[in-house]
Amino acid sequence: MSAVALPRTLPAWTWPLAVLVIAFGVVPFVASGYVFDALLIPFLALSLAAVGLNLLTGYAGQLSLGTAAFMAVGAFAAYNFNLRVEGLPLLVSIGLAGLAATAVGLVFGLPSLRLRGFYLAVSTLAAQFFVQWALTKFSWFSNDNASGVIDAPSLEVAGIVFDTPVGRYIFSLSIVTVLTLLAWRLVRTQTGHHFIAVRDNELAARVIGVPVLRTKLLAFAVSSFIVGVAGVLWGFVYLRTVEPAGFNLDRSFQILFIVIIGGLATIRGAFFGAALIVVFPLLLSRVGSFLFGGWFDSGVLDMSQRIVLGALIIFFLAVEPQGLVALWDRARKRLAPA
Amino acid sequence: MSFLKHLKTAALAATLSVAGLQFAHADGNEQFFPLQSYRVGPYAAGGTGFFGGFIDYLNLVNTRDGGVGGVKLTWEEGETQYEVERGVEVYERLKQRPGIATWNPLSVGIAYALIDRVTADKVPLLTINHGRTDTTDGRVFKYIFPLLLNPYSETSGIVNYIAGKEGGTDKLKGKKIVVLYHGSPYGKETIPVYELLAKKYGFTLQQIEVPHPGNEQQSQWLTIRRVKPDYVVLRGWGVMNPVALKTAQKTGFPVDHIVGNVWSNSEEDVIPAGDAAKGYVAITTVAAGAQYPVLQDITKVVYGAGKGNLQDTKRIGSVYHNLGVLNGILNVEAIRIAQAKFGKRTLTGDEIRWGLENLKIDEARAAALGAKGLFHSINVTWDNHEGDGRVAFQQWDGSKWNVVSDWIAPDWKLLRPIIEKSSLTYAKEKNVKVRKSIDD
Repeated sequence: MSAVALPRTLPAWTWPLAVLVIAFGVVPFVASGYVFDALLIPFLALSLAAVGLNLLTGYAGQLSLGTAAFMAVGAFAAYNFNLRVEGLPLLVSIGLAGLAATAVGLVFGLPSLRLRGFYLAVSTLAAQFFVQWALTKFSWFSNDNASGVIDAPSLEVAGIVFDTPVGRYIFSLSIVTVLTLLAWRLVRTQTGHHFIAVRDNELAARVIGVPVLRTKLLAFAVSSFIVGVAGVLWGFVYLRTVEPAGFNLDRSFQILFIVIIGGLATIRGAFFGAALIVVFPLLLSRVGSFLFGGWFDSGVLDMSQRIVLGALIIFFLAVEPQGLVALWDRARKRLAPA
Repeated sequence: MSFLKHLKTAALAATLSVAGLQFAHADGNEQFFPLQSYRVGPYAAGGTGFFGGFIDYLNLVNTRDGGVGGVKLTWEEGETQYEVERGVEVYERLKQRPGIATWNPLSVGIAYALIDRVTADKVPLLTINHGRTDTTDGRVFKYIFPLLLNPYSETSGIVNYIAGKEGGTDKLKGKKIVVLYHGSPYGKETIPVYELLAKKYGFTLQQIEVPHPGNEQQSQWLTIRRVKPDYVVLRGWGVMNPVALKTAQKTGFPVDHIVGNVWSNSEEDVIPAGDAAKGYVAITTVAAGAQYPVLQDITKVVYGAGKGNLQDTKRIGSVYHNLGVLNGILNVEAIRIAQAKFGKRTLTGDEIRWGLENLKIDEARAAALGAKGLFHSINVTWDNHEGDGRVAFQQWDGSKWNVVSDWIAPDWKLLRPIIEKSSLTYAKEKNVKVRKSIDD
């Protein structure tokens, strides 16, 4: 046996790099409009939101149910910056929208200094209700549109218009890549370690000199920024129209489930979870209507897909409570040569 | 073994179709209707009735007449649960099919999300009885058609009806009207026009929101009890309506002083309310009942052949079912009119848009279609996409709806300037060129 000895472990960045090369270099040439507009773009937007929430909940241990509210702040802020400041580049309004979400996130993060766990989760619900109420109550936010619905501007950066399916995909992918890399970098710094210390044992963290209050607020700030930008992607790039009711508690729960199913405290988990929640139901519905479409109406099929998806989620979590990421890692270890 | 084989084919099919390689099987002589239907969720009653009626009419045209001018009508459903992002997904999936006629989502939220998309794809979007009001202005919204009734005409029709009961619009002065509206884009659409009409006629107005879906209305009706209005306008949807009628009864508000809007006018809204609904009046563009010849044909030809879409045949002739049938009539007539110009073949979306912009059904044509009394008439032009439809009011007697008014006209002249102001703002915001003629 004189096999060439391959290095047992590849560098950590190999996989992400490979994914990026495929995402930027291959996917735009092979996928169809449907795949971009109905699968990949919502997948990217929700993944980014989950990355944001994961920083807060997975890494820093602050349970939040206000994610959709911060997405709404982002979307409506970007709309208003874009509408009201003449000549403001789109990317700048998106950045400002993220900052607006950060500001709101900081306000609703303040209770975290006194509250923990479920109590904090319930207090972040306030963000959920307050933001929807404010956006509905003050019609200024929606430029006095009677129904409270706003239209997205065209996606133009430095004279290039991203209004084809591929263009929109590249636009979201670039933003998601940059922010994900920043998040990935952040959790590997001292601050990231502070997040984890606060999550694991607040008292111990305080004893070893972690600035607990500052760390918690920072987690809220960074997380809200990313979630706010995800809201812009959801509203401007995916739906291309936004109404406050689209960012309701269901959406907050959806993103929380993505984080839990994907795997808490992993950046990859956000993408795994989003894939399961966004893509899998569609796949089920296509298979379902192909197999049984002639026998049941679409309503019955839809209900049964929910049952299947629910059962699968319970199964995944029962087999691997650490989420899909852990499942994936275990599968890879088992397949790898011993 | 065979099951496994089945499964393998299914998996392959799913992979292929997800990858967008659709099985295109139009043979060149089909007109395809992609249906963004909803048969589950809080609004399933409306969805099953409307899409059931629509499919029943398409089936009737296929079976009885062999299609439109020899062109077969085909359709496929995608479940949306009335949710915007699912509607968008279904749009992106089904838009790849050849020969698409029109989109009919029956959801304001989904319609809003599709405006840019259908405009880019040059396929008409129909929002019968609802939709974004300023899409009535065809100069700006070339591919959007709020046929028969937009929310502003509806509002004007309701206020005119109340005025009629009081003995003239001058009698509205000093009256108190409460509008109870659904907390959604659809519900909010009419807030400014009620305010405008209140100012014009001098009645006191209070508009109260009921949060989606509308199961809980105690506090709203306590407010109504305190205000003691002369009329309550119910601008509801789905479960909100029977709850409103029952809560009104509990708080002692007389039901015959509640006027329902066009999405609060079905059997599904009143039957669950039981006694509380007896005497309730609502606006409509389509009469209820199965006695009209076109409904008789559907019962005989479609249900007779076991191809009916409604599971409960008692719902044949209900408001939602008839609205679906009427939606079918308008679609098919637009195709017929477009075929007369472009030829009897599969038409493009843009050609059907032309047909819709020439959609004229007068009373005689309505009678010829077997729809005399089912609806009045419609007259769409390139710059008026609502098309001068008339409205009637019907009252629930505990077992069926009875029409209690003539077919009356809303105050189009009053509303047109507001609509144009709004549509031109949109055109400016979105850089849309304002059309000068039908060919623009």
